[in-house]
Amino acid sequence: MLFYLLKRVGLAVVIVVVAVVLLYSMIHVVPGDPASVILGPRATPEMKQELHELMGLDRPFVVQVVSFLGKVARGDLGMDFFSQRPVAQIVFKQLDETLVLVLASIGWAMLLGIPLGCYSAVFRNTFSDKLVGFFSIGVIAVPSFVVALYSLLLFAVTLKWLPAIGAGESGQYMDQLRHLILPAFAIGLGWVGYIARLVRASMLEVLNENHIRRARAFGLPEHMIVFQYALKLAILPTITLLGTGIGRLISSAVFAEIVFARPGIGKLIFDSVVSRNYPLVMGAVLVSTVLFVLSTTVSDSVNAMLDPRVRERL
Amino acid sequence: MAEPVLDIRNLSVNYLTPRGTVKALRRINLQVPSAKVVGLVGESGCGKSTLISTVIRLMAENARVAAGEIRFTGKDMQQLSPRDLRAIRGRDMSMVFQDPMTALNPVFTVGRQMADIQYRDAVSRKEKLKRASDMLSLVGIPDAVSRLDNYPHHFSGGMRQRITIAMALLVQPKLLIADEPTTALDATLEVQIIRLLKALQADFQCAILFISHHLNVIAELCDFVGVMYAGELVEKGSVRDIFHRPGHPYTRALLECDPSVIAEPTRFLPTIPGEIPSLIDLPEGCIFHDRCPRAAQVCKKTPPPEVSLAEHHTVACHCLEV
Ligand SMILES: Nc1ncnc2c1ncn2[C@@H]1O[C@H](COP(=O)(O)OP(=O)(O)OP(=O)(O)O)[C@@H](O)[C@H]1O
Ligand SMILES: [Mg+2]
Repeated sequence: MLFYLLKRVGLAVVIVVVAVVLLYSMIHVVPGDPASVILGPRATPEMKQELHELMGLDRPFVVQVVSFLGKVARGDLGMDFFSQRPVAQIVFKQLDETLVLVLASIGWAMLLGIPLGCYSAVFRNTFSDKLVGFFSIGVIAVPSFVVALYSLLLFAVTLKWLPAIGAGESGQYMDQLRHLILPAFAIGLGWVGYIARLVRASMLEVLNENHIRRARAFGLPEHMIVFQYALKLAILPTITLLGTGIGRLISSAVFAEIVFARPGIGKLIFDSVVSRNYPLVMGAVLVSTVLFVLSTTVSDSVNAMLDPRVRERL
Repeated sequence: MAEPVLDIRNLSVNYLTPRGTVKALRRINLQVPSAKVVGLVGESGCGKSTLISTVIRLMAENARVAAGEIRFTGKDMQQLSPRDLRAIRGRDMSMVFQDPMTALNPVFTVGRQMADIQYRDAVSRKEKLKRASDMLSLVGIPDAVSRLDNYPHHFSGGMRQRITIAMALLVQPKLLIADEPTTALDATLEVQIIRLLKALQADFQCAILFISHHLNVIAELCDFVGVMYAGELVEKGSVRDIFHRPGHPYTRALLECDPSVIAEPTRFLPTIPGEIPSLIDLPEGCIFHDRCPRAAQVCKKTPPPEVSLAEHHTVACHCLEV
């Protein structure tokens, strides 16, 4: 297992480096001078020249990339020229909020989706299975910002049960929790459907396998067969999906963050793209890329923990 | 004779398929006396696996019992609730399935799986693992204690087969059902396992229903033999009767085709000419008539009667009528 972890983390580092290089080249190779964008139309050539030197844009491209990588490795993501604050500081301030939101959303979606999927598979083709299927497809189809808007209207505006906007006072956990419920509900709802469908499909497959018949022939209790012998195999594709899903959510939680006016990475990327703040875009995208790679690494490692064949393969 | 452990009466099983109803088993009568070994032989596709999955009530979803009755230690298996069935499985009746490569769960250690099947026993986990490793050593897995921590894919096909046999024996059942348990093994190992089964069977006094393609294995291990052809039990009797005084033309052909009993070396292995009939459109009359060297007019028209040749020895054939 340790060997698997080392190899898998090594792979993750390689992916991040490649991603950083691609990201850096993308922003700097496309036409348009970042300095002119930052300084605006009224900048003089001298001002541009000065900024070029400051950003290192006058040096050869390869040198730029290498020095960028070096800085990234030291945790230095550059300066935001608008606010004159380090990008890393801005990004990491938002990161906590996003991580809490994403983990809460996926967390409740798993807690509900996995049992629903198992239930559907065990009682396949019954009325309740079809009901679960109908519900799953329904919540997958509705975009999360629609859920966000309507749940906001219903629970915050009309019923006034939960706060409408913001992330709550920092340090006051109950308040933060109350602020978390609606956004986490909006993001997680579609995932409940996804997870339920996926678990059902792989569960049905596993329940048909020979070793499950053998387990039944030994009279093992049905709950042991479903929740231990079958689920440990049936959960593997779901964990892979969640690995990429969590990574994507970190950057795409933007809808819920905007609707609920919560700070977060998604909102940060959105705002900085709107204001063409390249250093900030890069910093934020970079961090969310790293988190993406991190979450797939974690999910692969969980799979390796569950399945001995996976950990011996890589 | 005392009441048999397993008593199958007039059993017919169909598979519902889009192409029509596959009449996989028809009017099977078979008894397994307690502490005896009954062998079942027949070509591939003749319904052996269907029979035993019906006995343990773990059938394919499209399988239907059309008629008949299965009694296990006097209880009617068709009438039992799922809970009562579970109480029988893995305690009074255990099973070795046909395919050893997929019979074990790939993500649990062998030790865990062998401990779990003893879940009813109120002994410590350590004790369960000890029983497991003892049984593994018995079936010839070297270094059994340390191999309990291995996963199924760490074992070869033959070893996995022996593990599934060990599991079935571990619960000390009244009836052990084994579906070609030695087919994946090489000849030497097969003989070893058969001797072992015989010894353990004598020790534990369990009955065995044993399926095999290998007639020499059947001859070595069994007390009684049933011969199946295309979903019917065409002949049954004691090992002596079947091997020395076979009544049914199919049994004779089977014995003549067995490579291990062929005395003179030939270039070609003998085979039975013709094909197995379709189980969807069954021929009229005797199921074997179009391959039978002795088929008469009556064989094409009317199903054969059961003829009793000796005690326990019955044959379904027209040609034996006196
Ligand atoms: N689920 C199913 N649906 C339809 N037909 C089936 C199904 N399972 C088995 N059959 C058919 O029933 C017949 C008996 O199959 P079975 O598996 O019992 O044979 P077998 O004697 O065990 O063969 P083998 O020696 O190859 O294991 C075959 O003709 C097979 O095609
Ligand atoms: Mg079979």
